Amino acid sequence: METRFAGEPGTDSSRINPRRVRSLIRKEFVQIIRDPSSIAIALVLPVFLILLIGYGLSLDVKEVPVAVVLENPTPESASLAGAFRLSDYFKVTEATSMQEAVKLIRDLKVDGIVRLSQDFDRQLASGGAPVQLIVRGVDANRGRFIQGYAQGALQQWTNQRAVSEAAPSVGSARLQTRMWFNEAVDSHYFLVPGLVVLIMTLTGALLTALVMAREWEQGTLEALFVTPVRAGEILIGKILPYFLLGMAGLFLTASAGRFLFHVPLRGSTFILAAVSALYLLVALGFGLLISSTTRNQFVAGQITIIATFLPAVFLSGFIFDLTGVPRAVQFVSYLLPARYYVSFLQTIFLAGNVWSVILPNSAVMLVMLLILFALTLRKTKKRLN
Amino acid sequence: MESLRRILALIRKELLAILKDPRSRFTVLGPPVIQALVFGYAATYDLNKVRYAVYDQDRSEASRQFLADMDGSGTFRRVANLRDQREIGPLIDSRRVLIVVRMGQDFERCLLSGQPADVQVIADGRNSNTAGTALNYIGTIADNFNARWQQTHGGPSPPVQAVPRAWYNPNLETRWFMVPGMIGMLTLVQMVIITAMSVAREREQGTFDQLLVTPFRPIEIMIGKSVPSILIGLVQVTMVLTLALFWFKIPFQGSLFTLYFGALLFLIAAVGIGLMVSSVAATMQQALLGSFLTIMPFAMLSGLNTPISNMPREVQYVTLINPLRYVISIIHRVFLEAASFRGIASDLWPLVLIALFSQSVAIWVFRRRLI
Repeated sequence: METRFAGEPGTDSSRINPRRVRSLIRKEFVQIIRDPSSIAIALVLPVFLILLIGYGLSLDVKEVPVAVVLENPTPESASLAGAFRLSDYFKVTEATSMQEAVKLIRDLKVDGIVRLSQDFDRQLASGGAPVQLIVRGVDANRGRFIQGYAQGALQQWTNQRAVSEAAPSVGSARLQTRMWFNEAVDSHYFLVPGLVVLIMTLTGALLTALVMAREWEQGTLEALFVTPVRAGEILIGKILPYFLLGMAGLFLTASAGRFLFHVPLRGSTFILAAVSALYLLVALGFGLLISSTTRNQFVAGQITIIATFLPAVFLSGFIFDLTGVPRAVQFVSYLLPARYYVSFLQTIFLAGNVWSVILPNSAVMLVMLLILFALTLRKTKKRLN
Repeated sequence: MESLRRILALIRKELLAILKDPRSRFTVLGPPVIQALVFGYAATYDLNKVRYAVYDQDRSEASRQFLADMDGSGTFRRVANLRDQREIGPLIDSRRVLIVVRMGQDFERCLLSGQPADVQVIADGRNSNTAGTALNYIGTIADNFNARWQQTHGGPSPPVQAVPRAWYNPNLETRWFMVPGMIGMLTLVQMVIITAMSVAREREQGTFDQLLVTPFRPIEIMIGKSVPSILIGLVQVTMVLTLALFWFKIPFQGSLFTLYFGALLFLIAAVGIGLMVSSVAATMQQALLGSFLTIMPFAMLSGLNTPISNMPREVQYVTLINPLRYVISIIHRVFLEAASFRGIASDLWPLVLIALFSQSVAIWVFRRRLI
């Protein structure tokens, strides 16, 4: 329901007046500085997130507690247990019976069990001793990594044994893996670009949505409407301050990535800034649209978090790969600007100026920007009787 | 008795305030379901249909066999056969493939002559986690290929064979971990925001002062504000749980009673945190941003996105005050491991402490503001 207003004063309404815009911007800045919570979101939160993500989160599995069950300790089985003990990936607790190990896994003391059975030696001699590897599968991703490492440890032991026994050699395929753009497999390399997305989304969408919704809710926007100020001017006055805050956040995060976590910026800084500005505008437009549609702080806040922030974490490709998800979910992710921005950021930071990635992603964001602003302008525009 | 009647009236009024506006009704009931549905599909580390390209210089029986193993795994989808080394770079740069597998001219010859035959695997490390998982999958494929090759070419049979089993989640599906975890994650977001906003809205609109001149005691106001949020939270828990059970068909092993008991404690703690936030916030905007500043670290340090055991020790200590960490553990353990009350006791009592602490702090702050 659009509120209708009395006819506006007969000023020249076809052009944007820089003086009016300037005073609107000044008003917005004063409000930002007066309310500590906007500063908190714009500056404290980024710093906090940088530290949290930079030092707190890690997907690198290490020192997994496992129980090694030696039902019948012999030199051979002890040497295999030693392979697990020597591995950096495991912290071994020894158990003498399966019951003991099962209790450990149930009490969350260990995340896996390696079981060498009673007649390990005999089976080894007759070629092929089964080694039971049990992992706690609740966290599937972690479980899979643990399985991988355990098989690696077994393989290593097998190889060493083969060397010492000089068994007849049969060829085998040997993987030589290389991880491009992140040779050292440092998880900061993909967390930092993701962090930029989160921060830009927060300042862009959430802050703007709230500020604008408050004006609607308290009626101060309607008060603005009876002044000669035009809808376009109001939008510029709202956008510019938060745009600057967002860019400050980008600068902060990129610098922290570069100097604290040594994440390279392989592409050009200028392109990074330009495309980020584009995304920030899209996020701002989203925030404005949500607030002028809902005109209610509670609903606007909820919708912004649900429509921008959570998808930026889960549906953007920042952490979770999207190639395998069902078509419907793929489709939803294509509607989200964050997806394009994540792809761009990962490329510009780690791979460089790859135009075949930069151009299509920027183009989509540009189209989104135009649509969003057209919609917002229409929603905000005062109705002339 | 009189007090109870007052509280009931307040609860009724709160529920009306949240549920009477259709948009606000939708924002408390719709999103948890939609999110659990979308994220249930998207939030997975399991890979399938990973696009890869092949540069097979050998074109032998052996190399074809290796590639057939990859194609047949279901995890990888071959999208290009390369004829030139120079094609590799642009293909990866433009993200058309995640993996390139390259086999040299002497792949089969090396295998036959008993030497190691190299398979070069190049992965796009822009998301090093995805790339790492994909490399793990290829490692398994190579192991299986080798075992079969040794068997058919008269090699010694391997001295040990791994017999891998995953307990509680036999096929290691991330969804079994994520969707139940969402019950905690999504309700935390909603509980803190709904509670904090409902107090802040009254503050901003001045109706809170009106409430204070009524015969209500501060504790009654707190109960009147907490109970509606908790009721909504229980509805949300039930909706996401229903989705997990009947849409995603994740097998529920434990007892519903135990699960709800843990969830209830968690909701009380989460609402207490929302009240704490609102007790220091003067406006709705501050309440929302404050909620956000609390929810965010809780969500990040909950163990759902990255395991707590991977975090540095100091950060692990910080997670001890995180109610989300405990409820996610409770849900997982009851849901997948059929844990009993005794089994989850170590997660229950911290929740009791957090609930007591947050509710008392909120009451204390409110009371101080009154005098």
